[in-house]
Amino acid sequence: MSDKHKVTIDGIAIEVEPGTSILNAARLIGGDIVPPAMCYYSKLEGSGGKCRTCLVQVSKGSEKDPRPMPKLVASCRTTVMDGMEVKNITSPEVIEARKGVVEMLLINHPLDCPICDQAGECDLQNLGYEHGAAKTRYEFDRRTFEKIDIGDKIQLHMTRCILCYRCVFTADQITNTRLHGILNRGDHSEISTYISKAVDNDFSGNVIDVCPVGALTDRTFRFKNRVWFTKPVEAHRDCDHEKCNGKVTLWYKGEEVLRVTARKDEYGEVEEFICNTCRFDKKKTSDWVIEGPRKVSHKSVISANHYDTLKPLPVVKTNPLLQGANKEQFERDTRL
Amino acid sequence: MGRKLLLEHINVPGINTFDVYRQKGGYRSVEKALKTLTPEEVVEEVKKSGLRGRGGAGFPTGMKWGFLAKPEGVPRYLVCNADESEPGTFKDRYLMTYIPHLLIEGMIVGSFALGAKTSYIYVRGEMMPQIRILEKAIAEAKAAGFLGKNILGTGYDLELYVQPGGGAYICGEETALLESLEGKRGNPRIKPPFPAIAGLYGCPTVVNNVESIAAVVPIINDGAEEYAKIGIGRSTGTKLISAGGNVRKPGVYEIDLGLPVEEFLYSDEYCGGIANGKRLKAVVAGGSSVPILPANLFMKTANGEARLMSYESLADGGFVSGTMMGSGGFIAYDEDQCIVRNTWNFTRFYHHESCGQCSPCREGTGWMEKVLHRLEYGHGKMSDMDLLVDVSKKIEGNTICPLGDAAAWPVASAIRHFRDEFEWHVSHAHEATTHNFGLAHYADPLPKPEEKVA
Ligand SMILES: Cc1cc2nc3c(=O)[nH]c(=O)nc-3n(C[C@H](O)[C@H](O)[C@H](O)COP(=O)(O)O)c2cc1C
Ligand code: SF4
Ligand code: SF4
Ligand code: FES
Repeated sequence: MSDKHKVTIDGIAIEVEPGTSILNAARLIGGDIVPPAMCYYSKLEGSGGKCRTCLVQVSKGSEKDPRPMPKLVASCRTTVMDGMEVKNITSPEVIEARKGVVEMLLINHPLDCPICDQAGECDLQNLGYEHGAAKTRYEFDRRTFEKIDIGDKIQLHMTRCILCYRCVFTADQITNTRLHGILNRGDHSEISTYISKAVDNDFSGNVIDVCPVGALTDRTFRFKNRVWFTKPVEAHRDCDHEKCNGKVTLWYKGEEVLRVTARKDEYGEVEEFICNTCRFDKKKTSDWVIEGPRKVSHKSVISANHYDTLKPLPVVKTNPLLQGANKEQFERDTRL
Repeated sequence: MGRKLLLEHINVPGINTFDVYRQKGGYRSVEKALKTLTPEEVVEEVKKSGLRGRGGAGFPTGMKWGFLAKPEGVPRYLVCNADESEPGTFKDRYLMTYIPHLLIEGMIVGSFALGAKTSYIYVRGEMMPQIRILEKAIAEAKAAGFLGKNILGTGYDLELYVQPGGGAYICGEETALLESLEGKRGNPRIKPPFPAIAGLYGCPTVVNNVESIAAVVPIINDGAEEYAKIGIGRSTGTKLISAGGNVRKPGVYEIDLGLPVEEFLYSDEYCGGIANGKRLKAVVAGGSSVPILPANLFMKTANGEARLMSYESLADGGFVSGTMMGSGGFIAYDEDQCIVRNTWNFTRFYHHESCGQCSPCREGTGWMEKVLHRLEYGHGKMSDMDLLVDVSKKIEGNTICPLGDAAAWPVASAIRHFRDEFEWHVSHAHEATTHNFGLAHYADPLPKPEEKVA
């Protein structure tokens, strides 16, 4: 007898360790049934639960208590029970709620992807594309902020921030001093540095990588290029920082390294955090041992210049239930 | 005359002092509990009394106490939620101001029952007078041997502290309260784990409303059975109601649960009817977060019976024709009041108070406020009502804490019951902008004062 828990997500069953979240169980299965996540970040303790993009429907609580859960739950913070049945993309309710979340997130996040430095790497862009409606019903002024330079390497543009708290967790957990956090409440909340102090720490650059949108960007890369024109290459160096193993992605334009980032997994989360020296100061090919080209997901816009097969949008399944509830999305899919 | 359990001695001069309170029988429940009962027996009494939490959700207090985890060597805490900031609710501060020892007495008995050696009263930061009153009362109780080491020689130790709160409505949500008490930003925690397992500093904790804790005193003094005899159904005992709005006699009243709403609203013992001989238009029965009901639905339940002031009766009809007891913040609206303006005002509050962690609440409350603002100021569209209902649905049930629901319900219910008034604001934009009145001339004929209800 195994003490693993059996969970079924959109009809696909898997056995996982007790204590696994629904989201991570879905990631073990992989593919389209994995809920999107904007605030959860597997490498950051205590993250998740906030953005509500990963909501799913629990149609059967467990073997012991088969009642469905009354509300949608955040899959990133709900642990599986043995016998649990979960609906993600087979639940019209979930898709509807997620559409709502996207609409809310886009209220105070401008859709000016063409001039944003995160374009092509933005989780919200993907989320909006897969779950959004064609147009928003919000007709009021959006909030705007001046850009703030946090030290000489990072720039904060609060206008784009979706308050996922990832950068705050990062600063809290992997740097020695946290000088930034969240001020004010509700939609007046903002990421702020302690009286505009620079986030001055040898691991501070990682806040750039965890930001799911273009709110925190690399000042050494800003406006140098669009990511899909660059060529990502995996590389490493013998870093003498005790906490950094020097594994990175180099982003080339021609012969020139334009940017260095930590390596990200298929969910866009960094595999390991890197130090600022690797990120900001090592921009010569001779600094690195090149491993080879980085694999790019077909979903990514970065793939536009490298691959030519266009896969159908993942949300709309050939599931009659879903098609009915998501006519609009379905039509968009067929139009594309 | 309804009986008074909590407010029996409220008018006795000097009842706020230890000596007078003690002369009137105060602290008997501490003696009884500590000297003659085990902690388990106290919990059992509270369970048997049927007392339901008076802070809003109405969860049975004894059951909540029973859930408290009791791992070896880990402290447990009782935390009193005296944050009280739901618009329309002002009963807890009344109790703390005029009869503070009742709360302290309840805290001692409750802490004993839960095995807490340190307890906190978390008071909204703005309520400085109440904080001082409680601090003085704690000092008096301690001097008399009811707090501190070896209380009344029973070997039970308890330290009780008053903690000024962060001054945000969200700090009243129990997990945000605990965060704030720990000195952090008052953001609600993601549950589970629930405070009964991991609360203050990660230790098992019970959070209870001021009135719930005060009610433990008569339960222990007179016995659970006596307490459970009062009330109706699963709504036992008495309840403090803070009555406001256009009633003739606003104030805090102690009622037996199960009192007909008509008697509460119109009898001279309580609200004394609607002020200035006007007609009743609508009622918010339990504080701003509960659904608003028009007068006729408020007076009668779904199957036409007289509605009672009880958890079940007020909820009868679900949200279609019913509402909630909430925290007992009773607001009556006369025929001159504008529902659109009121809804905007409530939403403005929730927008301002959202902590901002979840996207639907953070952005949705602001969106609703802006749409309501334009409706109220004559720039609305007919489609705005559907938009509001949809946005409120996108918030409801999709958030970390119930503030999202609290923001959604007033909007959804106002449109459900007063849609024509919203439409009037669109079709008569000029009047809506220039006059700030309740559209008595346009609405369906309202009940005359002497008819009371339609
Ligand atoms: C946004 C929000 C604000 C709240 N404010 C208060 C409050 O001011 N006082 C209170 O007693 N309960 C408040 N509550 C309810 C508490 O979370 C909790 O349920 C209550 O204190 C439990 O006490 P009880 O079981 O004695 O009712 C609030 C809940 C929410 C969601
Ligand atoms: S700046 Fe980026 S990482 Fe930080 S809270 Fe905003 S969106 Fe999240
Ligand atoms: S529902 Fe609102 S108040 Fe509650 S946690 Fe979410 S944003 Fe904060
Ligand atoms: S990823 Fe689960 S709530 Fe944000």
